Amino acid sequence: MSRIELQKINKYYGDNHVLKDLSLTIEDGDFMTLLGPSGCGKTTTLRIVSGLERPQGGVMLIDGKEAINAEKAFYLEPSKRGLNLVFQSYALWPHMTVYENIAFGLKIQKLSRQEVDSRVRDALKMMRISEFEKRYPNELSGGQQQRVAIARAVASHPKLLLLDEPLSNLDARLRIDMRSELLRLHQELGTTIIYVTHDQVEALTMSTRIALFKAGELSQVSTPVELYMNPIDLQAADFIGNPRINLLEGTAQMLADGLHVHSSLGDHVFPKSDMTQEEIPGGTFKVVVAVRPEQIRIETARTEGCLPVTVYANQPAGSETLVSLQAEGSDFLAKQLGLVHYRINQQLFVHIPPEKINIYNAETTRLIKRARIDADDLPA
Amino acid sequence: MKRQKIRYPMTRERFRNQFLNVVKNPFNMIVFFSLIILFCLIVIPLLQMIASTFTAAKSEIRRIGGNPGDFTLYYWRYILVSNMAESTLWAPLKNSLIVGFFTVLVSVPLGTVLGWLIVRSDIPGKKLLGMLVVIPYMIPSWCKALSWLAVFRNERSGALGFLAGLGLQIPDWLAYGPIAIVLCMSLHYYAFSYINVSSALRSINSELEEMGEICGATKPQILRSITLPLVLPSILSSIIMTLSKSIGTYGVAANLGNRIGYYTLATKMKVFISDGPRNVGYAMSLVLIGLAALIIFSNQRIIGVRKSYATIGGKGGRSTDMKLGKAKVPLMCFLVFFLVVAMVMPMFVLVMETFQVTTGNGYGLNNLTLYNWIGTVDQAQTYTSYPGIFQNSEFGRSLWNTVRLTFLGSVITALCGQFLGYISTRGRGKWYGSLTEQLVFVPYLMSGVAFSTMYFAMFSRPHLGGLIPSLYGTFTLIVLTSVVKHFPFASRSGTANMMQISTELEEAATINGASFWQRMRRIVLPLAKNGFVSGFMLTFISIAKELDLIIIMMDKKTQTMSYLAFTYSQEGYNQMADAISVCVLFFILVCYIIANRFGADIGKSW
Repeated sequence: MSRIELQKINKYYGDNHVLKDLSLTIEDGDFMTLLGPSGCGKTTTLRIVSGLERPQGGVMLIDGKEAINAEKAFYLEPSKRGLNLVFQSYALWPHMTVYENIAFGLKIQKLSRQEVDSRVRDALKMMRISEFEKRYPNELSGGQQQRVAIARAVASHPKLLLLDEPLSNLDARLRIDMRSELLRLHQELGTTIIYVTHDQVEALTMSTRIALFKAGELSQVSTPVELYMNPIDLQAADFIGNPRINLLEGTAQMLADGLHVHSSLGDHVFPKSDMTQEEIPGGTFKVVVAVRPEQIRIETARTEGCLPVTVYANQPAGSETLVSLQAEGSDFLAKQLGLVHYRINQQLFVHIPPEKINIYNAETTRLIKRARIDADDLPA
Repeated sequence: MKRQKIRYPMTRERFRNQFLNVVKNPFNMIVFFSLIILFCLIVIPLLQMIASTFTAAKSEIRRIGGNPGDFTLYYWRYILVSNMAESTLWAPLKNSLIVGFFTVLVSVPLGTVLGWLIVRSDIPGKKLLGMLVVIPYMIPSWCKALSWLAVFRNERSGALGFLAGLGLQIPDWLAYGPIAIVLCMSLHYYAFSYINVSSALRSINSELEEMGEICGATKPQILRSITLPLVLPSILSSIIMTLSKSIGTYGVAANLGNRIGYYTLATKMKVFISDGPRNVGYAMSLVLIGLAALIIFSNQRIIGVRKSYATIGGKGGRSTDMKLGKAKVPLMCFLVFFLVVAMVMPMFVLVMETFQVTTGNGYGLNNLTLYNWIGTVDQAQTYTSYPGIFQNSEFGRSLWNTVRLTFLGSVITALCGQFLGYISTRGRGKWYGSLTEQLVFVPYLMSGVAFSTMYFAMFSRPHLGGLIPSLYGTFTLIVLTSVVKHFPFASRSGTANMMQISTELEEAATINGASFWQRMRRIVLPLAKNGFVSGFMLTFISIAKELDLIIIMMDKKTQTMSYLAFTYSQEGYNQMADAISVCVLFFILVCYIIANRFGADIGKSW
């Protein structure tokens, strides 16, 4: 229940410029994920919000009130920012029981004993770990420790909850469980959450908004759907999505009726209404055509507007099948639901909806043609 | 696209906030005061000592001319170029270097082989042997010198030793002087190499050696081309430690060298400090400090890069022992021989001598007495002016002083060590962190005698207009000296301890609203408790052994058991000196056993 505004935050470690004029607004009740490869500044941003790290430049407002003003060397203490943090390592105090770990902050706040007790029990119940209250952290499994760490953070009723790669130490199955747990938590508490991860699946599945980091700067801030459907540049496109997006070389020219693109997927004309604000070069220029594997529909018979391809390899994996295809010398990947068995070198036909294709300027790597987002792609 | 770092204009508000940010954080204040204290306790005494070597003292005015306090190069000329220079500096320096060199030559291979045998080979009874092997190190080095004398003493000192008593002619060169000194020190300082090498070997995955075996290398080949290069950095650093320590050791060299006029830098320096000109002694201790610094810094230059080596494969995991095969019996004999020579025999002779009427006269009933322990002067069978130690009030006082000093000293040292360790871990990579680490390291560079000389010079008169009173001859000065001298390894153990407490644990407390002091009390202290106890016990043992460091400051009122034993030995009361040594040994061994109970690791004891 709080709105965070970061304005032109700059952070240096020695000569190393880790955050460069970072500006980001996190709306009240958002589940904002800071996403990016390691070393891009996302954890630093989180630590600056928490107050554990002090930036050399910039301003931060919490609900319109100044929490950081680097110019005046003003930094509000972490404990006065009304937030709590879940560390990547959980940082549970090994000499305290689960109960004492959760109660610590509440006792520091000098709450009455009944209040402390009821809050600790609520938090334990919410994270479903009531039976462990007397245990010490080293007597718990990783997943249980994780729950204790979150319980400790929510027990103080923070207006803002910060999570630093909380799932990275868990195995794949626990991770899926904890994802739903966190989603439920966000629903129940209504707290603003800032979540740091390098895992795009976590970002896409849980966030209301995602801030994509690139070397200390933000490359894109948008909803998960928008980030997935229209990554702002080739790097983002390549980073988001598994299996990877297909990137094919092509040429394009802007004419009166729209953008004419030629590639191994054939010739397309994209209407001007789908174009982004990016500047379009005059004459013919190089582009990269990007298609998500699941947008490619495979058919065994030729239909109107389809493209003839041959099967290079077929990878059935139970719930889905990945098919490597070749057309006019370029390779691309298609994803089909369920088990499908194609022969190698089999002749097939694919249908690619042009409105779902992204076009990037090969030189600037920026998105110039958006994919259309249908109503059923969006959350209700 | 390198942007300029932001520089904001200094406004009043910015200055006020910056000032408050620094002052309101208790950690900053602790760092600030610690640095001031370290500066006063380490930098100022050093500077003062340097200054005094250039200042004419009253006692030498007749020779120097001018007024007391004038600038003079007299003292440096005295030790460097005068006709006294040869006997004052160069000969002792040469002796020191020779002793240091041969001590390294004997002790490092000895410690290395022991380390390898205990950690890596399939020698039987490893656990027991591992414990026994460090016991000789528990015996103070001056105690070893006394046991050496108990065995090899000849008629030169009036009282015969064990071997001379059997009718063997012991030549002076064996009983006293460089050979005796080197062997005694080697049986002490082997522990550096033993502990360094064995911990390096423990950190090396034995799969590295097994891979060599799979490639078809023989055992000697594996040892030479895989194991040895991997532990080489730790061997090199043991060489440096041994060299710098043995050059500065006083007790052994004094006990075994002074009688035949064999002086090292450390013993010669003591002569000057006791008999004057004192400033010459200070100048010599500066030479000693310079020498130690030179050795240690050249070490960092040489093996600085390769040091990282030893942790390769530090994942640990499996460790299989190397089969010794036919070599097992001879190596076992070697181990037993070592233990007999380094531990059993000296202790036996030492203990037995305390019961003898005349040393070297055998263990016949007519030569045995309890006089040295509980006799009174009128019962004496030989000429003596002291009663047995348990009847002697001097012994009681020195026992009390020893307990008082070790207890006070080690509590204070261990506490400071944890604090300094906290500052250097939390300030890692920041200027105050490295400054603390470097300042704390300075006392390590100085031999005990040089260090106490410095303190002696500094505190023998009042400072700051009486705010720091003259501590000349006080017990406080002895405690202070012991504390500061043990800073390097107390803070090392503190650092190791604090490293284990992740900063995130503290940050989590900060986020939950805990202030600095709450964090300290509720998080850091409870977690540091175990490390604190072992740090405390180790300092305790080390201070209990100490002689070199405090010998200059001792007098009848403040003397410890070590000092009393040393005085008796110098006066020729060998049996009583031995009896006191046995008490010191007993005291230390009891402490060691208690320390082990608390999980103290002897590997961190310096």
